[in-house]
Amino acid sequence: MKRFSAIALSVLLFAACSGSSDNDSSQSDGPVTLTLLTHDSFTPSEGIFDAFTAETGITVNVVRSGDAGELVSKAALTAGNPEGDVLWGVDNTLLSRALDADMFESYETTNLATMNESVLRDIPGHEVTPVDTGDVCINYDIAWFKTNNIAPPMTLDALASSTYTNLLVVPSAITSSPGLAFFLATVAEFGEDGWQDYWKSLRENGVLVVDGWTQAYSTEFSGSSGKGERPIVVSYSSSPAAEVLFADPPTDVAPTGVAPLTCFGQIEYAGVLRGTKHKAEAQLLIDYLTDIAFQSDLPLTQFVFPVNANATVPETFTRYISRPESPLTIEFDVIAKNRTAWLDEWSTIVFK
Amino acid sequence: MIASPYPKSTRWLIIAPALFLLVFLAIPTAVIVQRGASADAFLNIISSTSFRRVAWFTLWQTILSTLLTVACALPVTFILSRFSFTGKRLLLALITAPFLLPTVVVGTALFALLPSQMHYTAFAIITAHVFFNMAVVVRLVMPRWSQIDPELIHAAHTLSASTLHTFRTITFPLIRPALGFASTAVALFCFTSFGAVRILGGPAYSTLETEIYVRSVQLGDLNGAVAIGIIQTVFLIGVLYAWTKFGRHHTSPLTVNIQAPKPTGTSQRVVVTGIAVATGLLALLPLIAVAWKSTSGWSQVLSSDTMNSLAVSARFAITASIIATALGTMIALAIAYKSTSSRLLETITSLPLMISAVTVGLGILITFDESPFEFRSTWWITPVAHSLIAIPLVIRTVLPVAQAIPQDLRDAAATLGSSSKDQWLRIDLPLLRRCLATACALSAAVSLGEFGATSFLTRQTYETLPVSIARLLSRPGDTQHAKAFALSTLFFVFSIGAVYIAETVRATRTKTH
Repeated sequence: MKRFSAIALSVLLFAACSGSSDNDSSQSDGPVTLTLLTHDSFTPSEGIFDAFTAETGITVNVVRSGDAGELVSKAALTAGNPEGDVLWGVDNTLLSRALDADMFESYETTNLATMNESVLRDIPGHEVTPVDTGDVCINYDIAWFKTNNIAPPMTLDALASSTYTNLLVVPSAITSSPGLAFFLATVAEFGEDGWQDYWKSLRENGVLVVDGWTQAYSTEFSGSSGKGERPIVVSYSSSPAAEVLFADPPTDVAPTGVAPLTCFGQIEYAGVLRGTKHKAEAQLLIDYLTDIAFQSDLPLTQFVFPVNANATVPETFTRYISRPESPLTIEFDVIAKNRTAWLDEWSTIVFK
Repeated sequence: MIASPYPKSTRWLIIAPALFLLVFLAIPTAVIVQRGASADAFLNIISSTSFRRVAWFTLWQTILSTLLTVACALPVTFILSRFSFTGKRLLLALITAPFLLPTVVVGTALFALLPSQMHYTAFAIITAHVFFNMAVVVRLVMPRWSQIDPELIHAAHTLSASTLHTFRTITFPLIRPALGFASTAVALFCFTSFGAVRILGGPAYSTLETEIYVRSVQLGDLNGAVAIGIIQTVFLIGVLYAWTKFGRHHTSPLTVNIQAPKPTGTSQRVVVTGIAVATGLLALLPLIAVAWKSTSGWSQVLSSDTMNSLAVSARFAITASIIATALGTMIALAIAYKSTSSRLLETITSLPLMISAVTVGLGILITFDESPFEFRSTWWITPVAHSLIAIPLVIRTVLPVAQAIPQDLRDAAATLGSSSKDQWLRIDLPLLRRCLATACALSAAVSLGEFGATSFLTRQTYETLPVSIARLLSRPGDTQHAKAFALSTLFFVFSIGAVYIAETVRATRTKTH
């Protein structure tokens, strides 16, 4: 019988020992390593943090976990006792969740002076810092509409008309952040009491709802790599530029177009996680993330727009992008109050 | 009631496993429930139409999946139990292998097999469940069916009973406990299905288990998730009650060596060959499809990130298997040696089956967040979560064998003056050895395939193979998909091979006895 107690004991001891050695945030002396928590779409240039390390002696360890929703949920659960030091990737559709959970430590970076006041409007307390902006818009396959001699849809209303029956694919508002942004665009357009009828008519018009943006854009959409069957999709205002940049063989004509009146404005934020043991270093990283070098890297690696006005946006990027003049938005506290109920109602309408 | 064979030394057997389940299961669950439970959320959930849709789907797909699994498995169980034929072992391996595969791999294979119009449909999910669970029915019913004395059937036929009548009056009553036990196990797996639903269900189909994940992880609606978790637990208590009831009648049958005959006569040969070939083909189709579509992915299978997740999966599987086998065996022995109240133990052992893996993952994340108990960022917390799920399986593997050890042997040894310790080492341990190996293999398979708790606890550096496969599948591009298909093919071939070898070893051993 002793053998079993020995096994059990060694398992527990083994567990206890390896627990302390694997813990990366408990190192107190020596060079500091910051853990940057982010989502799977955070893909800056290789070695982008080398300059930061050279300047400050701080190493940055990037930990990606799932999409933006998953990232924020995890951070909200662990608020005050975070799994990392800095978080990149809360957008304005998720901001309310982050602020409610009180997961960030306020910080005002000196780079705030370089930002447009429109990106700062939602965060007077500076709990988070804006890092980039983008727009979620209806994209369409130019060639498909030319071949079929139909005008592409320019408004949300048009999508419900019989001209566009069975042509639209959208990512789910529940499991995808562009999906949620598009849903919020329809709420902004048709009102809190009007979007239900709009989505009913979209459903009757044969909208296809899939899990995520990747599947919608890269598999079901006819204008991108997947050569799917649907010529209208929810994507970003920067997607045509991405199509040109990754085109094989190279081209200088964008194969897809954007309907600017359908766009929802997204702002992405980063913040110092409350409870970090390296507050000062984490603040330095926020400075770096909003500074010219990092901000200028954003357009061509992540297809978003910098918030720092001094950052350079390459011409290859801007040439193919028409940004909406006044994208649709919804106050984030209105989102906070209604999101769960709205999505419940939405899924009942769409998945009937 | 028989007295405990090892009264003094077995009392503490239960302490370590009970402590483990308390620390890593009961406390995290209590913490998450305490954080998220609210009466308002509960009422909101119950009255929401989206919850009703999910609950209804969970229920009907469970019932339909279970019925179809039994219907598909019975013919092949029949020929495997009653006849011996060439290729029998291979057929058994083909049917058993899917159960050892990660559900994500089964999902991926069906994704490759079904035309794209059938992706993200209830049909796809149910097909995956049938494919995955046929092994459960075959494996649990076959030992009982093959033990039915052929003389009984003969006698019935001599009395001019029809085949159907014989089945209804003799065979069915004899296999009923095993069949009931197997179908409730299948129902349990279908009810809590996560990986297959995540891959094949798309946004429209959700089980309670995936809904808990979506609510807590993607929507951040912890209150809603906990409410659903509690409702699911209530459902599961019902299913488990049935399971335990059947389990009491379904004890390990005495192994009488009945040599199954070769099929005689044309009609028998046609039936046996037909069923064997049809089932074999059905079991092979997903493998063929996934291998077919994997061609362009092989060049990338040896890439560093795949090797990394392979190493992680192997490390997790070994750790989880050691923990689960050690603790599960301790519980099984405590029950077999009757050292504690068996009702209490039955409850404890069912706990991991009643609580959703996603809930446990969430609980662990917020419970072990404070130094010196900051376990959530360590690598071993994931295999610990895996072992929680494997422990009930280990118990159910070891217990029947431990209970069947004849007390006479120990008494004889005691008369000859051997101590309790010697008795245990020389009698119990050798007899348990084989089922301990099975338990080890089973818990390793559980760990390799676990997706519910892992997908939440995993950080990218510790990505397991199922998580990699799921991520590759959700990415754009044929190369990524082909790589996921290639990895799945490897899994398939590996498990079929493993089962085939195990069967061959068992067969040769039985012959030499």
